[in-house]
Amino acid sequence: MSLQAQEERLGWLYVSPALIGFMVFTFGSILRSLGYSFTEWDLLTAPRWIGLRNFAKIFQDGYFYQYMSNTFYFVILLVPTVLVASLMLAILINTRTKGITKAYRAALFLPSITSTVAISMVWLWIFNPSMGVLNNLLLAIGFDKVPQWLDSTVWSKPALLIMRIWQMSGYYMLMFLAGLQTIPETLYEASEVDGATRRQQFFRITIPMLSNIFFVVAILLVIEAFNMFESIFIMTGGGPLGSTSTIMYYIYEKGFSYYEMGYSSALAWIFFILILIVTLIQYRFRHEQAGE
Amino acid sequence: MPFKIEKHKTGRALVFHTFMVVLSLLMVYPFVWSVLSSFKPIEELYSGNPLNLIPQTFTTENYRRLFEILPFGRFTLNSLYLSIAIPIAMILVASLTSYALTRLRFRGRNVLFLAFVATMMIPSHVVLIPNYKTIVDLNLYNTFTALFLTSMFTASNAFNIFFFRQFFLTIPKDLENAAIIDGCPHIQVFFRIILPNSKPAIATTAILSFRSVWNQFLWPMIVINDYDKMTLTVGLKYLKDWEPNWAVLLAGAAISIIPIIIVFLVFQKQFMSSTMNSGFGGK
Repeated sequence: MSLQAQEERLGWLYVSPALIGFMVFTFGSILRSLGYSFTEWDLLTAPRWIGLRNFAKIFQDGYFYQYMSNTFYFVILLVPTVLVASLMLAILINTRTKGITKAYRAALFLPSITSTVAISMVWLWIFNPSMGVLNNLLLAIGFDKVPQWLDSTVWSKPALLIMRIWQMSGYYMLMFLAGLQTIPETLYEASEVDGATRRQQFFRITIPMLSNIFFVVAILLVIEAFNMFESIFIMTGGGPLGSTSTIMYYIYEKGFSYYEMGYSSALAWIFFILILIVTLIQYRFRHEQAGE
Repeated sequence: MPFKIEKHKTGRALVFHTFMVVLSLLMVYPFVWSVLSSFKPIEELYSGNPLNLIPQTFTTENYRRLFEILPFGRFTLNSLYLSIAIPIAMILVASLTSYALTRLRFRGRNVLFLAFVATMMIPSHVVLIPNYKTIVDLNLYNTFTALFLTSMFTASNAFNIFFFRQFFLTIPKDLENAAIIDGCPHIQVFFRIILPNSKPAIATTAILSFRSVWNQFLWPMIVINDYDKMTLTVGLKYLKDWEPNWAVLLAGAAISIIPIIIVFLVFQKQFMSSTMNSGFGGK
């Protein structure tokens, strides 16, 4: 056997464990999920082909629209807030290198490594309207009307937002910090000699040099925001009155609480296509910028 | 006027440090509060001033009750075992695949690589129902194997494949070429030369995978229903369903938070640098 043919065989041999595994648990599953979305299926009896009826039903489902708007509420508010907060924190921390900033960095990062399920239990109690830390703190500093947080349809979404911003900012701060540390110091020194102000340095050096990492963080953040699930599951169960239910939560609920597997699969596919479109728009945006 | 500049600087530093200290306290407070509150008797938690951090009466009753209703010791061991063993399996698969994709020339390897990477775009809920069905059909329901297989062969390991490939491309080929000319088989080149030279990539993927397995919730909740095999996240969900006493719930949360904080404090540097590295995967 020629050396080239041998290499060819070996290549396929080495990728085969991953290839077979992905065939079963990812590629195959994606196609099967699409197949299920055309069926009515309760997991116990055999799936029954119903064509596009699930999709037609989804577009007439009032919950679908409510949960879709909740999903977008979280994405639209979470992404820019975390993006700006984490970038600002990274810049603040990057200017100092002494020991104590390392402690700040660790403290800010800490929330992102603990499991969302565990920390959601803690926040559930922090948000407790009468006995929770937050409202008692608000009362202590002089507020006389305090929000009912997770018990109110108005405040439940902001409460989840607060918790998620608290949890995620430190993680993305670290990614920006990595980006900042690749900017050569000489750029700033040279611009200082030329009389550039801090403001000019920020907009003309820092921001453009961070564009790569900014793009990565934005993509990851959008996907993470769309995928918000554990915090909702533990803290609100989608309530009160569906005010915090997202499409992710609905997919789970339809599938594993109501055993409407076909409907759940159809929802998952609509959601998948939506995320795909948003990500493609981001790539497009990026290319246009890079092309300038 | 150098003196004035100096004074200006200390003023700024004061503002900076005050801001950072307040922010750091906000970040750490929920952890400290939950751990300390888990030692408070329930009456104190319900009727005492919630702004009091330190328990007035110190009790371990909540923990006694916690271990009495659910095997939280077992949950902790399961979580720790899985968070170490699953990443090892993931890394073995991902690194070997990436080795083939970067070092062996074969038809279709670029298409394969793109196919793996593209799976990172797919929301995990899309494969949830089919994978559940597969696991049931393979008689793997209620086994750790079910948890291993999906971690090894879904999107999070696709990220590892991608990350290893980026890293392997930066390792110079001189070393392995010499070994290959001497007749060393590829599998040995991989284990003796490539892997020992990939410690930074292994550290990064290990820590990111550890985090994702430790956090895993929905999948283990769906495929595991035996208390002996449950993880902390799933155990906490059941605790919340059954136990009305909030002090006990906080003890459960504290038990799940403390091990990861210890791991974080020990491997702080690695945790930080792997997060920082992961962003450059997308460059």
